[in-house]
Amino acid sequence: MTALGALSLVAAALFMTLEARGNWSFVLPFRATKLAGLVLVAVAVAVATVVFQTITRNRILTPGIMGFGALYVLIQTVLVFGLGSARVAGIDPRALFAAEVALMLVFAGLLFRALFGGSTRSLHLLLLVGIVCGTLFASIAGLLQRLIDPGEFLILQDRLFASFNGIDDTLLGTAAIVVAAVCAVLWRWLPVLDVLALGREHAIALGVAQDRMVALALGLVTILVAVSTALVGPIAFLGLLVANLAYMLLPTARHAVLLPGAALIAVICLVGGQTLLERVLSYDTVLAVVIEFAGGLVFLLLVIKGATR
Amino acid sequence: MIAIESLCKSYDGTPVLDGVDLILPQGGVTAVIGPNGAGKSTLLSVMGRMIRADAGRVTLDGRDLATAPGSEVARRLAVLRQDNQPSARLTVQDLVTFGRYPHSHGRTTAQDRVHVARAIAYLGLGDLADRFLDELSGGQRQRAFIAMVLAQDTDVILLDEPLNNLDMRHAVGIMALLRDAARDLGKTILVVLHDINMAAAYCDRIVVMQDGRLIHHGPPEEIMTDALLSRVYATPVTVHRVAGRLVALY
Amino acid sequence: MSTPVTLWTAMAVLVLSCISLCIGAGTFDLQALWTDGWHASEVEVLLVSRLPRTLALILAGAGLAITGLILQILVRNRFVEPSTVGTTESASLGVLLVVLLAPGMPVVGRMLVAATFALAGTGLFLLILRTVPLRSVLMVPLVGIVLSGVIGAVTTFLAFRFDLLQSIGAWTMGDFSVVLRGRYELLWIVLAAVAMAYAMADRLTVAGMGHDFATNLGLNHRSVMTLGLVIVAIVSAAVVVTVGTIPFLGLVVPNVVSLALGDNMRRSLPVVVLGGAALVLVCDIMGRIVIHPYEIPIGTTMGVLGSALFLWLLLRGRSRVA
Repeated sequence: MTALGALSLVAAALFMTLEARGNWSFVLPFRATKLAGLVLVAVAVAVATVVFQTITRNRILTPGIMGFGALYVLIQTVLVFGLGSARVAGIDPRALFAAEVALMLVFAGLLFRALFGGSTRSLHLLLLVGIVCGTLFASIAGLLQRLIDPGEFLILQDRLFASFNGIDDTLLGTAAIVVAAVCAVLWRWLPVLDVLALGREHAIALGVAQDRMVALALGLVTILVAVSTALVGPIAFLGLLVANLAYMLLPTARHAVLLPGAALIAVICLVGGQTLLERVLSYDTVLAVVIEFAGGLVFLLLVIKGATR
Repeated sequence: MIAIESLCKSYDGTPVLDGVDLILPQGGVTAVIGPNGAGKSTLLSVMGRMIRADAGRVTLDGRDLATAPGSEVARRLAVLRQDNQPSARLTVQDLVTFGRYPHSHGRTTAQDRVHVARAIAYLGLGDLADRFLDELSGGQRQRAFIAMVLAQDTDVILLDEPLNNLDMRHAVGIMALLRDAARDLGKTILVVLHDINMAAAYCDRIVVMQDGRLIHHGPPEEIMTDALLSRVYATPVTVHRVAGRLVALY
Repeated sequence: MSTPVTLWTAMAVLVLSCISLCIGAGTFDLQALWTDGWHASEVEVLLVSRLPRTLALILAGAGLAITGLILQILVRNRFVEPSTVGTTESASLGVLLVVLLAPGMPVVGRMLVAATFALAGTGLFLLILRTVPLRSVLMVPLVGIVLSGVIGAVTTFLAFRFDLLQSIGAWTMGDFSVVLRGRYELLWIVLAAVAMAYAMADRLTVAGMGHDFATNLGLNHRSVMTLGLVIVAIVSAAVVVTVGTIPFLGLVVPNVVSLALGDNMRRSLPVVVLGGAALVLVCDIMGRIVIHPYEIPIGTTMGVLGSALFLWLLLRGRSRVA
């Protein structure tokens, strides 16, 4: 754990200083903003994934794979489409973000209920439905984006659809507050999360209001996904990667260790990866691709090792 | 005292519990027996709040279990279902410590540790305490879960086929443990059993279920008869007295 | 029973083709052609742009539907098609490497390289499947989709590294607006593939029953498998090289046809071929009408329609497959 903390600090320091030519007073604040964005995304994705895997009791299900990120982009697109881009551009980004999160909570709740409420709870069906839902959301979003006037769309795209390359810094403050608040709540729930990991029946037997806690935890997960998607766009496999690394490196079931551990690993992956790619190898913007590649490999390995039984 | 009042539950129109009434006085071990699909596990699940009943209610000293706060009930009633497959990688020690959750909510006290150590010792798991559950045999894992339920230290304990996967020695050990806990500590224990001879040897009362109904309830001598068992299991059964114990042959 | 269905699907393809010929950004309609006689400019539009486009649509649709059908029979799983087993993504990677290493290569060579990659990718998929301990029905497409993602990531990375992101967009997102005379003729290879699949229909069906079953009937399971996969790889590569990827088509069409006609390949094959063509025509026409005079690429329309239908197929058989 200490090693992870130290390593993430090193990654951050390298990110801030390496190959910084020219004016320091310009470079430092610029990089600090970017670093803050990366750290927020790392924490949000890691915490969301571990909690999601705990409440679904599975290690290959993640909110990203289940299409939550794509859902956020779809809701954003529908808002732009429905209200008109001019009006959306005039709205305070924080108010817009709040509206999007609210809508997403409703949809995620419905989706989750539809998928987990039924009598059959086949994991493979869930995963496949989740992935295809993600494709469907992304395709509908793509379709609607085509229907918006192409010129206007280009202007909007810059403002509304973020990526690792263009972290949306107007939302950084809000995002930091939201992530901190969610983490504070989860911190108080640590023992409850440990119990939820035992499964529904044991949780009830131990006196935890299982259904209510799962619903609340899912709400928090949804908020975290919304934050990370708003900052850098949808990333499917990062959560899977860091959560499973955390389980591997920290052989415990205690969330008091797992959650911060996964968050630190995510920081190392994102900040370290970005430093390596951007400064050392000088490939910008491919971090998302590399994560997709590594995360996909992890998934295949998990499947081959039979982790999905 | 646990009172079950006209409990009903059906799945897709098929009744699984069909008006079950039962009163369990405090103290003593009660076995639930009956053929497959009689509704034994469903009864236990409803009593343990895992499933909601369609009608009727279960009360513990007058409080409705379905509406009472979950953690309050968990300090008075523990339940262990069949097929316990934890997805998390836990050690035996971790798992048994979870039995204390209703009492301490995750902040383990010295008193909790005493309970945990005692439960682990009771079930002879001392050497395995730091092993992960997925590294244990089925029987060892089953004992770890029973230890967790014991550590919960409740007045009422519900167990669904706790002898699954256990060898003779450990099966007898668990049954003797349950009998002693009921006699010495005044616990009320309800246990679903397939082995009617175990039920006859170690339980104070036997409840017989068939087709979602409770058809008989009484001390082992009343239940262990050729006619009753042959009818319930639709198989010729004869009961003999061997070395002072009632034994059913089938 | 199957003859009227075949006939109706054929009629649908015919009607849709006429519609497809009539719409577009340029000024052209059949009626004017009929009343005013043959003006050179309109004939030109017809022959250079409209007709090739419609033909390309029919060929690509038919080809992808049939690759889906063959894969589903050989892998013995309802939910596979070129874009859910890594075939398409591997073909794209092949095209990218050709562009990088041998940009001057003629289009046939490009297709052959893509087909080789497609074959290797599909082989890799089958190899991974063999090592997966638990082969649930749904695990198969799951593995395939993730494998496609990994191969796709490699492609994107290379494309980024060599500044080709713009151009891979052309063959990762299916788009028929670029089809002109002289740029689609490769797709005629689909016709040969269809003929071959029809000739092999019985052998493919038998091979799909499994190795032991096939051997028992005196069939060389391995060679039929290989031949079937070669057809799949070549058709997928040809479609990727000429118009780009069209997701889910190969999955949806054979499944819907199988619901209506069952799984005897000799009977369902003509309907699958025609159905694929019809679905692609519908998607393309929709994409051209909705924001006229702009176009929505078929990859997008098919993504919406295809994933919605895929979801329906998954959840419809929920109790059965799960």
